[in-house]
Amino acid sequence: MIEENRHQRGLKQSIDWKLIGVYILLVLIGWVNIYASIHSEDPASIFDWSVRSGKQFVWMLTAFGLAGLILFVIPTRLWEEAAVPMYLFVCLLLVVVIFVSKDVKGSHSWFELGPVKFQPAEISKITTSLLLANVMSRQNFKITQWKDFLLAAAIIGVPMLIIVAESETGSALVYAGFIFVLYREGFSGWWLGLIGLVILLFITTLTLSPFTSILILIGVLTLCNAFMGPRKEFWKRLGLGGGFVLVMAFLPWIWEQVQEAVQARLTWIENVTWVPQAWESQDFRWAFLLKVEPLYILLALSFLSLPFLGRKAFRKRDGFLGLSIAAFIVGVILVFSTDIIFEKVLQDHQRSRIEVLLGMKEDLAGVGYNVNQSKIAIGSGGLTGKGFLQGTQTAFGFVPEQSTDFIFCTVGEEWGFIGCLVVILLYAFLITRLILDAERCREHFTRIYGYCVAACIFMHLFINVGMTVGLMPVIGIPLPLLSYGGSSLWAFTVLIFIFVALYRQEKKYF
Amino acid sequence: MNTDRRHIRLLVGLGVATVLLLGKIFSIQVLDDHYKIDADNNTTVREIIYPTRGVIYDRNGEILVGNKVAYDILVSPREVEAFDTLALAAVLDVTPEFLRGKMEEYHRNRRKIGFQSVTMLKQVPAETYNRFAEVQYRFPGFKGQVRSIRDYPINAGGNLLGYVSEVNQNYIDKHPGEYRSGDYAGMTGIEAAREADLRGEKGYHIFLRNSHNQIEQPYKDGEFDKEAVPGHDIVTTIDAELQQYGQELMKNKVGAIVAIEPGTGEILALVSSPGIDVSQLADIGKHYGEIAKDPYRPMYNRAVQASYPPGSVFKLVNGLIGLEEGVLRPEMMYPCSHGYHFGAGHRLGCHGHKSPINMEESIMMSCNAYYCYVLKNILDNRKFNGDYGEAIDHWHDMVTSFGFGTKLGSDFPNELSGSIPTSKTYNRAYGKGRWNSTTVISLSIGQGEILATPMHLANFCATVANRGFYYIPHIVKASEGVEIDPKFYEKQYTKVSLEHFPKVIKGMWRAVNSGAGMGGTAWVAHVDGLDICGKTGTAQNPRGADNSCFICFAPMDNPRIAIAAYVENGGFGATYAAPMASLMVEKYLNREVKREDLERRMKEANLMSRVKKD
Repeated sequence: MIEENRHQRGLKQSIDWKLIGVYILLVLIGWVNIYASIHSEDPASIFDWSVRSGKQFVWMLTAFGLAGLILFVIPTRLWEEAAVPMYLFVCLLLVVVIFVSKDVKGSHSWFELGPVKFQPAEISKITTSLLLANVMSRQNFKITQWKDFLLAAAIIGVPMLIIVAESETGSALVYAGFIFVLYREGFSGWWLGLIGLVILLFITTLTLSPFTSILILIGVLTLCNAFMGPRKEFWKRLGLGGGFVLVMAFLPWIWEQVQEAVQARLTWIENVTWVPQAWESQDFRWAFLLKVEPLYILLALSFLSLPFLGRKAFRKRDGFLGLSIAAFIVGVILVFSTDIIFEKVLQDHQRSRIEVLLGMKEDLAGVGYNVNQSKIAIGSGGLTGKGFLQGTQTAFGFVPEQSTDFIFCTVGEEWGFIGCLVVILLYAFLITRLILDAERCREHFTRIYGYCVAACIFMHLFINVGMTVGLMPVIGIPLPLLSYGGSSLWAFTVLIFIFVALYRQEKKYF
Repeated sequence: MNTDRRHIRLLVGLGVATVLLLGKIFSIQVLDDHYKIDADNNTTVREIIYPTRGVIYDRNGEILVGNKVAYDILVSPREVEAFDTLALAAVLDVTPEFLRGKMEEYHRNRRKIGFQSVTMLKQVPAETYNRFAEVQYRFPGFKGQVRSIRDYPINAGGNLLGYVSEVNQNYIDKHPGEYRSGDYAGMTGIEAAREADLRGEKGYHIFLRNSHNQIEQPYKDGEFDKEAVPGHDIVTTIDAELQQYGQELMKNKVGAIVAIEPGTGEILALVSSPGIDVSQLADIGKHYGEIAKDPYRPMYNRAVQASYPPGSVFKLVNGLIGLEEGVLRPEMMYPCSHGYHFGAGHRLGCHGHKSPINMEESIMMSCNAYYCYVLKNILDNRKFNGDYGEAIDHWHDMVTSFGFGTKLGSDFPNELSGSIPTSKTYNRAYGKGRWNSTTVISLSIGQGEILATPMHLANFCATVANRGFYYIPHIVKASEGVEIDPKFYEKQYTKVSLEHFPKVIKGMWRAVNSGAGMGGTAWVAHVDGLDICGKTGTAQNPRGADNSCFICFAPMDNPRIAIAAYVENGGFGATYAAPMASLMVEKYLNREVKREDLERRMKEANLMSRVKKD
């Protein structure tokens, strides 16, 4: 006993109180804003059980109870040891809910047990994180091995796909955040870059043009090759590739001039009918130029250079160059299939949300309504906000889901930029703290789990706030700890406090 | 692989994402004003108060266009509850199927309509509206709306007044910030030309509302409400009685009559036939299709848009130019043996009259040969050294100084310029140096490449009546709150000296007042005591019978009216145009017409079968 006590640290040192402090602060901010968001002409008390703020008060107290339970009662061993059965059980729940749930705005993801409703998708984030940490912390696990990578990918992918099947694509998107965890554990950064490049190409193809996308693709590949190739070739590669991109950037303009000249010549021939036969045939020879688009010229020139690059890659044993060529070809295919993916694979509402986000379509009464109203609410807050309970946009009901998914609008409208700054910085602090704590851990399990928690919170934060200010398409996921709802608050409390408990375990003994 | 530094990269990434979010928030909250304005619009609703449109008066204070009340029936589909279709149909005088059809249509478009109201019936009669008002409480969601629409007390000047209709998107886009869907605006005629004066300013009442569009209370007790400002009334220069009379005369004929007060340039009447009836204007939406399809094109305002060859009327212009250039003196005599003979066996024909004749007689008898000599002398003038290009361009400058070949610049919309040829016209047609004064000889009698609108002819007549200058013809008088362009008060001089005008006026007087049998071409236009001076014109029309044309002014001294009448396929100038113009003069100066036989003959004549349709 004495022996143990000497090594053990007390509550004060072993628990990350700053983390818990930020957690409590965010929950309280959420509660106050939920009250403000439903505030109307005849105000109810913030504790009134009949309105959402009163209910949230109860969810808060129970969440705090849950946190205590995890910290002080439940043995931390459980999380690592029971990861597999918990994961499987939750996956089962995810499947079952599809069949037994009611249709809520097209999605089948809610269990209803009398007055209590909850989404298994909320819990599955926790179980997935636990299993991922469990598997990846095993002795011989190496993410760079294909077998191990596929195992990790499957752990993330299975619940993700089931949730997509529930028509909760937004919640599924959060799982993409686990890629950051894999990266931390040794997954190649190139893959991360590649995913970013694919998203970039998708967006530029839709908003700008396939031409611009391919130009960007060539530019990025040139830069990578310049930096990754032999040092003496740096300037040569940068100059060749960069020069090509620069010249091609002017191609549409040059081509327009050429086409105008041809068109002028043709018009002239049509008007002046007495042109000798010989002239006519000469001009018609160039008429086909009108049908050629700059995109085809760019592609033709690029593909012409591929054999030369390929030969060089083969001779010099330059694997990176070879991969770049493959990446270029795949990239071009992707650019050309963007339209098909966009039109055929995505569902109508998803497509129109993306169109509104990218400014391809303005639809202020329809899909764009939410985003526009939300931006109006936040924008009208100004620097310092309208003041507590003074908001008109959220309280009058212009912003949809104003106490759940769009709770950030109330913060923006009533507390202004200052309020937004404080809330965002609190989240940034929370995530940073989680990452730094995780880095300090000796147990791989705890570290990986900590990263999972950080990734989940980050994805929720970025998607949710991004959505309310028009940086992201409308994806209905809650803002962690702030949004109204017991199931969401409990899930994030459990998610965070399992880490706090695991971390305490470390601190106690090391 | 070394993963030691990766958490730093991830933290940097987190930092970038945080800055990105905060940057975007900062931009919409602090940098961009757009969302603050929107927020105000959002919680308040403005109920638009429509102003009454200005009334249009004639020169004597008679109302040409007024306003009357119309009743529309509106529906807010979201507020409609199950109702007795048969009862409502009976009240509104429609079939139950119509109601059901409408309700189904609203149901289909429910997303688009939302909480708004839509107009179900337009312009129902007052008694229907009153019947509906009594039982309205039984049909929640239905309500009546009182609106002001145009009313035309007298049938005068359909084309001239123009119509008012609901603006379309195209119109809204062309006038950014001025109109919203549902507003009305003048589309043609005076309604369009003076839209800015007539429309007035919309007002609004501001109410607070919630997101369901339900109005909660007036915003700050109406402190920011704005009342509508009625449009300015417009006083036109039109004489309603004369206008109406002109329309009656021109019934069943194609052409135009334009009457101008020479001393002011005010347009007294602007008749275009066939025209639009004012009863059609009031409900243009219903009649637009049939008007647009009419082969005689009633929308086409011939008075300012039709380009006609002026025919012999134009001899006066050539005569004046000849006098100014010194190649013609009033006492000069030229022979006419049934026309002007030139080249090898060419002849420009003329009717039988005594020969030789002087200038006054040439006007009185409208001799073609005389003006062939005049034009030949103008173009063969030694000062041009045989350069016909220069000569014709000089002639062109003289002619356009009368306003021909240009837009006169009146305040009436869509005026066209007609055309007067230049050396380029002929160089293009014949090649440079390949034409001479005989090539263009038909210009002498107002044929060939000369085209003028009836407004040009009336303006020319006013110029002669004023002995050498004109005021730009206009249709709106200055009145309280309505200003007109100062250019309408400026005398416009031609390039012909004032001293030459009395010489041609003598000829014009003799053309009308010489008495039958003396050879005056327009004796039919004579009215005792009115001293009408006129000139007939008979212009060849490649599409059928000759066009009949006449210009005249009266009285000779201190003229009060100058008029041009042009009747397509009317034959000789003296057949239709001259009697009509003289009847107009008689009506205007004497306020009553004594020549009832002539009047009846003119009104009853129907030339429509002669006119080729488009």
